[in-house]
Amino acid sequence: MERRLLSGDEAVALAALHAGVALGTGYPGTPSTEILETFSELGGRAQWAPNEKVALEVGLGAAFASARTLITMKHVGLNVAADPLFTAAYTGVSGALIVVSADDPGMSSSQNEQDNRRYAIAAGLPAIEPADSQEAYDFFFAAVEISERWRIPVLYRMTTRVCHSKSIVVARDAADRLAAPTPHFEHDISGRVMIPANARPAHRRLRAKLAEIAAWGEECSLNHVDPGTGRLGIITAGVAYLHVAEAAPGASILKIGLVNPLPIDRARAFAASVDRVVVVEEGDPVIADALRAAGIVVESKAEMYRFGELDVPRVRRILAGDITPELAPATGRTPELCPACPYHTVYGTLKKHDCIVAGDIGCYSLGVLPPYQAMDTCVAMGASIGVGLGLRHVLPEAEARRVVSVIGDSTFVHSGISGLVEMAYNPPPTGHVVLILDNGTTAMTGQQEHPGTGRTLEHGPTNKLSIEGVASAIGIGSVTVIDPYADPEGFERLLLERLAATELSVIVARRPCVLAAADIRKWEQQAAEFRAKAPAQAAFDLPVGER
Amino acid sequence: MNPLPATRVTNVVLAGLGGQGVIKASDILADAALRAGLDVKKAELHGMSQRGGSVTSDIRFGPRVLSPMVSAGEADFLVVLAPSEVEVTRPLLRPGGVLLAPDLIPDADLPNKRSLNVALLGALSWYLDIPADTLLEAVRAALPERLHRVNEQAFELGRSVVAREDGGAAAPEGQPRP
Repeated sequence: MERRLLSGDEAVALAALHAGVALGTGYPGTPSTEILETFSELGGRAQWAPNEKVALEVGLGAAFASARTLITMKHVGLNVAADPLFTAAYTGVSGALIVVSADDPGMSSSQNEQDNRRYAIAAGLPAIEPADSQEAYDFFFAAVEISERWRIPVLYRMTTRVCHSKSIVVARDAADRLAAPTPHFEHDISGRVMIPANARPAHRRLRAKLAEIAAWGEECSLNHVDPGTGRLGIITAGVAYLHVAEAAPGASILKIGLVNPLPIDRARAFAASVDRVVVVEEGDPVIADALRAAGIVVESKAEMYRFGELDVPRVRRILAGDITPELAPATGRTPELCPACPYHTVYGTLKKHDCIVAGDIGCYSLGVLPPYQAMDTCVAMGASIGVGLGLRHVLPEAEARRVVSVIGDSTFVHSGISGLVEMAYNPPPTGHVVLILDNGTTAMTGQQEHPGTGRTLEHGPTNKLSIEGVASAIGIGSVTVIDPYADPEGFERLLLERLAATELSVIVARRPCVLAAADIRKWEQQAAEFRAKAPAQAAFDLPVGER
Repeated sequence: MNPLPATRVTNVVLAGLGGQGVIKASDILADAALRAGLDVKKAELHGMSQRGGSVTSDIRFGPRVLSPMVSAGEADFLVVLAPSEVEVTRPLLRPGGVLLAPDLIPDADLPNKRSLNVALLGALSWYLDIPADTLLEAVRAALPERLHRVNEQAFELGRSVVAREDGGAAAPEGQPRP
């Protein structure tokens, strides 16, 4: 039995490999990014999609063809993928479709701390939540089994601590791993074409499946009881289970791994076996509310523990009913733009001219911090363009002319393109200026590729999306590419000229990320050498490992 | 596998700034605990670490580890790579816990400043149940071969600095020094 020290992300990747997953796709987002990177390193077929919605749709197609599929994203990514998710619950799947949602309680690197167990309930999907890397590995097989037995997508809910903590994993013996099914297509028009006449019975089928899964879940090994020595019982899930086991060594614990549908009968019997039951869960009181709705008397944590991560001291406080104010943890140095980041010039210029900056999600969000504090809004991927347009539509002209939308290259491809379409379709009276900061990588999450880099997840060459070409094709009148680092004065002149004009403007500020530049040069050189050797052949002829 | 007489969980916090090798050092320490046959967990938040912000990493090892996080005020060892991070992380240390700060390692003696993380691991090794050879195996496994020699030197430097301060006495078997 080989013991390996793996992060939760790495454990999921290994499990996916051992469970016969044919395709992994997703969009980078902390803390989920390493799953697909590791899956690829292990030899799995992994690719980045332009955004989470497309990733889920690609995965759904593969699952319709009986392939096992893994889709990864951070919690807010599931908002983007929610449209296909809800109806995929109706269509169901032929091969397993596992959707990893990596939630971020405490917001270590996110804009909100939404609890995506709510999505499982809202969409009507089974949801599984591991507590550590061994469970992240083991439970993945259960997710595949559920998905294929009931022909339903499964939400695999992880959290930052589970994704990024490392703990010991013992993998299955080769004989116990799952062979990948051979993909094939069978028509199922009434099952997969969700016109109302087909969707009505599909909804009933979904609810019938969930009822069966709930009955199965009452006895399944994803949930277990640690018998205690005292009268205290604790119901918990995810990493909170480990904090609980440490904080209350004598308590009886019902640890829930299948977080939707919940094992209501088992929880009722558990509650009857102890004098006091406390539900300890990170985030929203999802389990506590459901148990109370079922008429089971449980204590829930105080409202103050909805916020942030739990840990052993906070669990002790919850169990003691302690609601006195908590000591704020010491804060160290905040992150900042790298010293040689090309965006220094950009934010210096925006600040100098007192621009109203509708910002977006990425490294460049750090422009909000001192010394620049040159960002006025940052809400969601791609939102900079729509928000900037809204400001332009209603502000008096003098103010409207100071509004700039600032968005990164990967974010633009993810969900900025439709904002640009809106800009061309409903131009504000003063026009608008969109500044696309193109550093040639998805920098914030650790330098992942995207369609605009022209390289795949594995850094091999593929078709390259031209950002300026897209902007021109959409109908933006003025599209300019400039290197703000090499020519700061030229950048400032250009920005002022475009702010004064009424024409719609896109400025692509292009300069590679300083952290990624050396790697980018290396990959470009490899691609050039490959193309030189085989000029008539496209990237598709590359060996899979180098695509 | 080399089962050790560990009777309790050892809590180590490594702290520094993004780019200093905090995560690398914690990977090495956790791997050494794994190689020593112990249960081990390691936790950190590293979403923003490349941008020069504060980074801490928790490593816990022993016969059985539950929570992956070291509770504030319960670290047995606090290993700090950046002078600016000493005061902000000091509350993580338990009363009587050991602080290993960067000024422990004489600048002039460190062959390569980027090896400060491994030098401080060497200093830490003096106090641990995990054999120094096991830690060195983990150092070599984590780094390309061309960096082995300089990091072995850094490790020995850190270990000898603490040994000197301790008057050369060996750490008592099975329990960290106070």
